[in-house]
Amino acid sequence: MISIQHINKSYGKKGEIPALHDISLEVKKGEVFGLIGPDGAGKTTLFRILTTLILPDSGSASVAGFDIITQYKEIRRCVGYMPGKFSLYQDLSVEENLSFYATIFDTTVEANYHLIKDIYDQLAPFKTRRAGALSGGMKQKLALCCALIHKPTVLFLDEPTTGVDVVSRKEFWSMLDKLKKDGITIFVSTPYMDEASLCDRIALIQNGSILSIDTPSGLIQNFKYPVFGVRTDNMTTALKQLSQQPSMQNIFPFGEYMHIIDERSTLSVEQISRFLSEHQHQNIDVQQIKPEVEDVFIQLMKENNSQ
Amino acid sequence: MSEQLSITASQLTKRFGDFYAVDHISFDVRKGEIFGFLGANGAGKTTAMRMLTGLSIPTSGTATVAGFDVYTQSEEIKKKIGYMSQKFSLYQDLKVAENIEFFGGIYGLSKSRLKEASEKLLHTLGFEHEAQAIVGSLPLGWKQKLAFSIAIMHEPAIVFLDEPTGGVDPITRRQFWNMIYEAADKGITIFVTTHYMDEAEYCNRVAIMVDGKIEALDQPKVLKQTFHAPNMEDVFYQLARKAKRSDG
Amino acid sequence: MNQFKAFILKEIYHILRDRKTLLVLLGMPIAQIVLFGFALSNEVKNTSIYFLNQSSEPLAQQLIAKVDQNKYFDVKGYIQDAAEAEVLLRSGKAKVVAIIPSDFAYALAHENETTIQLLTDGADPNTANIINTYFTLITQQFRNEHFGKINLPYQINTNVRMLYNPQLKGEYTFVPGVIAMVLMIICVLMTSVSIVKEKELGNMEMLLVSPTNPLIVIISKAVPYFVISLIIVTIILVMSVVLLHIPIRGSLWLLYFVSSIFILSALSLGLVISTITNSQQVAMLISLMGMMLPTIMFGGFMFPIENMPLPMQIISNIVPAKWFYYAINGIMIKGLGISSLYKEILILLGFCVLFITISFKKFNIRLS
Repeated sequence: MISIQHINKSYGKKGEIPALHDISLEVKKGEVFGLIGPDGAGKTTLFRILTTLILPDSGSASVAGFDIITQYKEIRRCVGYMPGKFSLYQDLSVEENLSFYATIFDTTVEANYHLIKDIYDQLAPFKTRRAGALSGGMKQKLALCCALIHKPTVLFLDEPTTGVDVVSRKEFWSMLDKLKKDGITIFVSTPYMDEASLCDRIALIQNGSILSIDTPSGLIQNFKYPVFGVRTDNMTTALKQLSQQPSMQNIFPFGEYMHIIDERSTLSVEQISRFLSEHQHQNIDVQQIKPEVEDVFIQLMKENNSQ
Repeated sequence: MSEQLSITASQLTKRFGDFYAVDHISFDVRKGEIFGFLGANGAGKTTAMRMLTGLSIPTSGTATVAGFDVYTQSEEIKKKIGYMSQKFSLYQDLKVAENIEFFGGIYGLSKSRLKEASEKLLHTLGFEHEAQAIVGSLPLGWKQKLAFSIAIMHEPAIVFLDEPTGGVDPITRRQFWNMIYEAADKGITIFVTTHYMDEAEYCNRVAIMVDGKIEALDQPKVLKQTFHAPNMEDVFYQLARKAKRSDG
Repeated sequence: MNQFKAFILKEIYHILRDRKTLLVLLGMPIAQIVLFGFALSNEVKNTSIYFLNQSSEPLAQQLIAKVDQNKYFDVKGYIQDAAEAEVLLRSGKAKVVAIIPSDFAYALAHENETTIQLLTDGADPNTANIINTYFTLITQQFRNEHFGKINLPYQINTNVRMLYNPQLKGEYTFVPGVIAMVLMIICVLMTSVSIVKEKELGNMEMLLVSPTNPLIVIISKAVPYFVISLIIVTIILVMSVVLLHIPIRGSLWLLYFVSSIFILSALSLGLVISTITNSQQVAMLISLMGMMLPTIMFGGFMFPIENMPLPMQIISNIVPAKWFYYAINGIMIKGLGISSLYKEILILLGFCVLFITISFKKFNIRLS
């Protein structure tokens, strides 16, 4: 459904600001594909290229079989786009926004209402309220409805969950799941690593380059190094002490636990536990764990940066 | 005793007509504590922070920040605190050194103190070579770290951080929290809001706001026990789901 | 067609719901008419004049009385010596001091001439000249009344009649000028800012990624402002006729026709500006500084173009407002028709076509 071949893009008069470097990937029909990476990684640039808003410096891409450069009109007819900042008309009401977007796509709200019904039901009590007066979560839902109202073949969602709280984020992703069943291909970007596991396949992107493409479980299974979760009563001290050990330097806080990425594959649970009890830690809890996407990202990022 | 409390708030309220943005909240923050403030958008976090930083006068209730009253001594408060948010931290079209100089001036640092603080800052961040770089050209993670360093440059008693790590890559996020820990070690109280649930675990205590009220306030460990939750995300989820006001 | 209607409807919502801007849009022309019509004026009335009357003759008093009766002068008092004159002029208490010599009546009667010295505040030379002229007129009238008309040999009398505006009313100049200024502001500023705002907020992205022809986007912006502009022209005209008694001697249809062409070119100019920048502030600056200033300076209603040095006169030819002002002035005050104004109308049409072409060409189907 989406095919990207060796796309490059830089900004600036002489191209001093690189944005994308040799990006290639494929998105299959009907899948939820996640582009995972922090701000500045190039996600928005890639989306703008695919939605034909900007031209790449080199490379080619096609969306729904149409070339992004020569057939942009066809692409603009069949994709749904939800840019960051949601781009709603602040002084129009919820229903006015929706019917406006329906009209510019030459359709009506009624025609494809079934697609947005579940989402719009939550908005319906506020349908006469001005979009500017909605909360972040509501704006997100409205923007999604506006992007869906013309039954797009491909849905591009650029950081739809940024700045929104955990609960709204979860709800949003369950809405996406339902859309999948309607056969819509969804290409979504997010800086939140925990959302990666909700996608069919993901591409990790950082500093304009793709670090890896796989299914979330594939990424985790194929991760080369063992990962240990560590917890004690005194996390701050434990962190300091462990990071001074050459074999345990790859250590990162992960909320409740710390994760040690065992690059040299030399560590064991006993080894780490012993070290901690020698340093008078209480309530020591060390386990070998399955890595999370964030572990993978961190490791890949380090390797990418050191190149 | 009160010198050990950086922030006190009792029945603090902000009302807009019939709408209680902040509904009679009460809490204390100890000196050197890392205090997390969680909540959905619209729950009242930003409004509460604005009252504590002297940007907004409460409708009722009392609060002191660094010992100063928020109603009558907001100017003194501003001298004693640092502030950093995701949306604005630094001037993008000025150089690193210029930003340091500017904010140093605003915080009232003398020329000699400013020079000293500036050198220390650049050295700690490893930014000596970047001093003349335009801030806008730096990667986001660097910008946020720089902004934080500048916010504590004048050694404030308390620093307020409004979603400081939004959108930042995972490594920088952790480096940022290292900086927060170091600041807390030096005795600076940290008041931070965030949407990253793992960061909630890094705080000494966490308050969760729902519909303008504080629905839970305790150490993460205790909250997880109370709510029978495996992690902070689940605690938050249980509380936030009940919110009537979260949307609309 | 549906799409076009949807866009226009949206624009109307935007305009109506932005109360503050709406207030400015409608209030500004009204405020300007009131200001220029009533408050500001470059006529000279009730000028404060002091007399240093060195003559004890009754004739001098009669002259003073005559000056006082005149609506242009207001005799405020008397001074005893010339030094006081400077104090009064400097402080602004007096705009002019007149010194009547001690032998005023005697000299007139026996030597057929005398001199009155006028000390005027020359810091404002235009007003000073007008004051001097008025005073001279009064003294001439006085002389004729008391000594009869003098017939010098070979005298050429000029009989001046101010055509179209015999009382030299300032309002006649200002109303067409206000129309030009207000239209420029509304059309250029509002259109450019409105389009750039969509770019800034990110709405333009959404619109581009849709099957809508981008041209519909910009044309739909122009239409409501076109209508508003015509409404404002009507408001100004009604106020001018009713409150200021300014005549509309020419064809009303022609007036609206010429206004429409000017409005179209100003709207297109707004569109051109919106393609140059992505920032509302820059759009505002360019519109105000780049468009308003030349309009005021070279439009011909504040400063006479004929008085300007040649290079500036040439520049004034590329300011559309100049031609518009001349045409409107002609229609309203002189009652001219198409046959007299075809040159101006053609030039305005030319500007219109030029700007429309540029804006269409420059409009980007992608984000730059």
